[in-house]
Amino acid sequence: MDDFYREFILDHYKRPRNFGTLENPDVTHEEDNPLCGDRIRIDLCLNEDRVADVRFTGEGCAISTAAASILTEKIKGAPLERVKAFSMEEMLEALGVPLSPIRLKCGLLALKVLKTGLYGLKHWPGEEE
Amino acid sequence: MTTPGSTTTAKVRKDLAAGFDVAKARQDFPILREKVQGKPLVYFDNAATSQKPQVVIDTVHEFLATYNSNIHRGVHQLSERGTEAYEQSRKKVQRFINAAESREVIFVRGTTEAINLVANSYGRQHIRAGDEIVISAMEHHSNIVPWQILCEQTGAVLRVMPISDAGEMLIDKYEKLLTSRTRLVAVVHVSNALGTINPVHEIIRLARRQGVPVLVDGAQAVPHLKVDVHELDCDFYAFSGHKVFGPTGIGVLYGKAELLEAMPPYQGGGDMIKSVSFEKTVYNDLPYKFEAGTPHIAGVIGLGAAIDYVNGVGLDRIATYEHGLLEYATEALSAIPSIRIIGTAEEKVSLISFVLDGVHAHDVGTILDHDGVAIRAGHHCTMPLMQRFGVPATARASLAFYNTKEEIDVLVRAIHKAIEMFG
Repeated sequence: MDDFYREFILDHYKRPRNFGTLENPDVTHEEDNPLCGDRIRIDLCLNEDRVADVRFTGEGCAISTAAASILTEKIKGAPLERVKAFSMEEMLEALGVPLSPIRLKCGLLALKVLKTGLYGLKHWPGEEE
Repeated sequence: MTTPGSTTTAKVRKDLAAGFDVAKARQDFPILREKVQGKPLVYFDNAATSQKPQVVIDTVHEFLATYNSNIHRGVHQLSERGTEAYEQSRKKVQRFINAAESREVIFVRGTTEAINLVANSYGRQHIRAGDEIVISAMEHHSNIVPWQILCEQTGAVLRVMPISDAGEMLIDKYEKLLTSRTRLVAVVHVSNALGTINPVHEIIRLARRQGVPVLVDGAQAVPHLKVDVHELDCDFYAFSGHKVFGPTGIGVLYGKAELLEAMPPYQGGGDMIKSVSFEKTVYNDLPYKFEAGTPHIAGVIGLGAAIDYVNGVGLDRIATYEHGLLEYATEALSAIPSIRIIGTAEEKVSLISFVLDGVHAHDVGTILDHDGVAIRAGHHCTMPLMQRFGVPATARASLAFYNTKEEIDVLVRAIHKAIEMFG
């Protein structure tokens, strides 16, 4: 339990990094997790194939909010190639807590929003319809 | 079949004054001896599904192990026994809800299928473009979406009765929604997300005055209250077996015989016909007209055992005991400053939905789970209702008669833990 809600996760939940919106984002995308009503929106400003700036808003549980916060820290300033290569495994590793199958969706919601926004994807790979 | 029959009922009545023996009731449910995360299970997710008493498990097992067979057609002994047990269950349901005749009891998969049956059969026969269907703001998705589909198909319009901040239906607003265009009213008896016991009697009376038929979604009512369809005078009543201590996959649609008689079949297949030729098929009589294909025989027989069990405990005693639990839990939770209870109606079953300041319902659920407390966190298949209360999700503790005040204490301690962790 204390493993699950580690100080690290709670810190990102209570003081999310890069929280808010951008004025004229190049990419903006929002999705929700219909299971629990969690909602995340990510705005990106791009500059020469790099993420110049990133913000997120939304409402969600500690896991989905912390994941979004951590993700924005990871990709801010990063080249787009790096962002595109950022995997689910990396996301889960960055969270660093074991997630049950149901909570996996919380942990991966922000990454889904980011990738869907970047690729204009309709569906998320590996997700059943 | 094991049937805690009239002698048990009589004994139970005698004990009423002495109070309800929860320790004894708990012994009937083997799952309550399970541990979760090394802690005793505190099962507060009864509105999602109830636990099963040993007698239901044994009855289903006995059918599968000793007289498993298909029904209504075999001439051999097993089939006759199976048919007998299946039809006995129908009579048990009839008496349980006080239907006039057993042919008014249709076995379906659950409340959802019961409502879909009415929408598809009665709905498509009677509802036309411009007609109106009235539901309420606290309906489960299963009493919204079938009507939306029907409206899309027919051009009918869905009208929604608003509710108060306490989570009570606004009957004066409902009265105004009943017009010459209203063709059907479909309302929930007890809200799965708020616990509100709705005044369905009054809702039916007002609809009846205008000649409008009423469907009642009784999924959350049947485990807690005595339901009498004759007294209610509803046209359709739907409920699920698994919420009333029976198996999943089995449910009931009650319908008034004259309505069911006039309705076209919902599904075609075996058992629902009298004769079939390529030129003309003659449909079977009630209730078989609506039971195409081999039904969930084990489920039906298990539901019969569950009803016997509930009758043995006594719904009056269940209601009295559960009301005590509700009062205790409401007081204990209200004493927590950062809690907001969603659904504060006068009349409630033992169900409390709440939100905790700064802690998402999912996190509440996870933290509680670590203490062995099983609750539901989410929108409870009532997204429009969540919107009405301006919350994305709630945590919901739904109690049954086998729950205790001590378990509520465990819940409260776990909530304090969550507050401390996120504070």
